[in-house]
Amino acid sequence: MQATVNGSASLPERVIYLDNAATTPCIPEALAVMVEALSGPCGNPSSHYSIGYEAKAVLDAARAQVAAALNAQPGEIFFTGGGSEADNWAIKGAAFTRSRQGKRHLITSAFEHHAVLHSMRSLERMGFEVTYLPVSPEGFVRVEDVAAAIRPDTALISIMMANNEIGTIQPIREIAALAREHGIWMHTDAVQAVGSIPVDVKELGVDMLSLSGHKFGGPKGVGALYCRKGIWPQNLIDGGGQESRRRGGTENVAGIAGMGKALELAVKDLEHRMTHEQQLRDYVIDRVLKSIPDARLNGARAPRLPGNVNLSFPGLEGETILLDLDMHGICASTGSACNSDSLDPSHVLLSIGVPEEIGHGSMRFSFGPQNTMEEAEYLCSVLEEIIPRRRAMSCMWLQSENKARSFSLKGEN
Amino acid sequence: MASMYSAKVMDHFANPRNVGELPDANGVGEVGNPKCGDIMRMYLKIENGVIEDIKFLTFGCGAAIATSSMATVLIKGKTIEEALKLTNKAVVEALDGLPPVKVHCSVLAEQAVKAALSDYYRRLGVDPEPIVGKLEEDCDHCDNGSCGI
Repeated sequence: MQATVNGSASLPERVIYLDNAATTPCIPEALAVMVEALSGPCGNPSSHYSIGYEAKAVLDAARAQVAAALNAQPGEIFFTGGGSEADNWAIKGAAFTRSRQGKRHLITSAFEHHAVLHSMRSLERMGFEVTYLPVSPEGFVRVEDVAAAIRPDTALISIMMANNEIGTIQPIREIAALAREHGIWMHTDAVQAVGSIPVDVKELGVDMLSLSGHKFGGPKGVGALYCRKGIWPQNLIDGGGQESRRRGGTENVAGIAGMGKALELAVKDLEHRMTHEQQLRDYVIDRVLKSIPDARLNGARAPRLPGNVNLSFPGLEGETILLDLDMHGICASTGSACNSDSLDPSHVLLSIGVPEEIGHGSMRFSFGPQNTMEEAEYLCSVLEEIIPRRRAMSCMWLQSENKARSFSLKGEN
Repeated sequence: MASMYSAKVMDHFANPRNVGELPDANGVGEVGNPKCGDIMRMYLKIENGVIEDIKFLTFGCGAAIATSSMATVLIKGKTIEEALKLTNKAVVEALDGLPPVKVHCSVLAEQAVKAALSDYYRRLGVDPEPIVGKLEEDCDHCDNGSCGI
C-alpha cells in the first residue's frame, strides 16, 4: 500500500528499522547454523548414541562461544528460554537460596526491565522485602544509594547494566565490589549490553548476568544466565538433568546454536560496530536538538549505549509520531506505553523525573550495525517535517507557545 | 500497511479534517488532561442554531486525533439539537471501530463537543446543564483525568 502523507513523501520501498533495542534482525550466519541444527541429525543432546552426541556437541560449541564472549567458563553458562527467564531465575532463585540463610531483602532500581521489577513484586507478595533505588535525572543508579540500602539480611543486588529505554550504562563494577564486600550476591540484567558494549564478567565482578539472543542478531526465545562458579540460585524450572541439573527441559538446540554464532560475531566486530552506531546516534542527537525547538534528550550522553537515542518532543503524544514515522517507513518505539494496554507514561522516564505530559511525547530510536548514515539523515528530515506539522494541531503545544509569548511580552513592558 | 487501526482511522489521522483554531468561535470547549496524554479543544461557530463552522486542536494519540476529526465531520452543518445527539459510539462506528484501549478517545471527542456547546450557552447567559447535561469531571482511569471513562 502506498500511503501519502500530507502530499509529501510516499512509503519507501524498504523499511528503515530503528528499533534494534526491541529486537534485531537474525543475521544470516546465525540462521545458517540454525537451519543446519534443525535439518541435520535431530538427536536429543541427553541421549547416548551418536546423533545425541552430535546435538550435545552443538550445545557445547555454543556454550563455549557465549562463555568466550563474556570471559566466563563454559560451565558457568546456562541456557534459558530468553532474557526474562534468566532474570526471573537469577532473582527468585537467589532469593530462595539465600532465604535459607535468613537473607530476605533485595535491592534493585526503579527503572529496571519489567522482568526484574515484576520478579521483585512477586517476591514481595511471598514476604521478601525489596528496596527500589531512585535513579538520578541523568539516568544513573548512585553507588552511595546502593551502599545506604544494604542491610545485614540483604540477599541480592540486581541492577541493569544498560537501561533499555534511555541507554545509560550503570556503574556495575562499583556496585558489584560493594556487594562482594558485604557477602551479597550481585546480578545484572545485561540484555541490552551484551553484543553492544564490552561485557567481561570477571572485570565487572558480578555473580550472575542475564542475556538474550535476539538483541545481537540471534533468534528470539533463547537466552542465557551466567552464574559464577559457586553461585547456586535455586532452580526455577525443575525437570531432567539438562544444564548440569539446573534448568530442566530439552535444550532449544538450534536456537542456542544461532545465539552462540551471533554473539561470537557481534563480539568479534564490537569495536567497529560501536564506532558506527555512535556516529549515527550522535548525528541524530546533535541535529534534532538543534533543528527541532524544545526537543530534549532523555538520559545522559555518556556513558550511553552506542546505538540509543531517546528524545522527548513536548506538545506531542508519542503514538502520533510513531504512526507518522511508520507511514514514512521508519520503525521506532515510543517512550510512552500508549500503544500497549497501559496509558501510563514509561516508568523509566518517570524515574528520571521527566514530567508525565512530556514523557508521553518521547521516542526511542535504536541503531544497529545494519543501519546507515543515509537512514539517520532520513530520520532527521522526517522528524523535522512531522513534528512541526503535528505541533500545529496540538492544543498543548500552541498553548505553551502562547504562554511563552505572553510571558515575553510582559517581560518587555 | 498493517496497523492496529482501521483504514478510516488512519485516513483521519494522516489527513485530519477541520483542524486548527477558529478566531470568531462563539463556543469553545476543552477536555482531557496532559497527564493522561489526551487533550481536545473544539471551536464552534454557531449561527441561527446551526454549526456553521467547527475546528479542533488535539494533543493525543492517533485515535484522539482521528476521533476529534470524525466528530467535527459528523456535526459540521448540523443543528445544535443534532450535535447534542452525537455519541461516542457514533464516532467509533463512523471510524469502522477502535481498539478497546482507545475507546476512551471517542468519549473524549463527544465530551469536547458538549463542552463547546456548554460554553456557547454560557456566553448567551443560559445555564447549559439542563440542555447539554452534566460533563464528566472525573476519570476512574487514573488519578488526574477527565476524559470520561
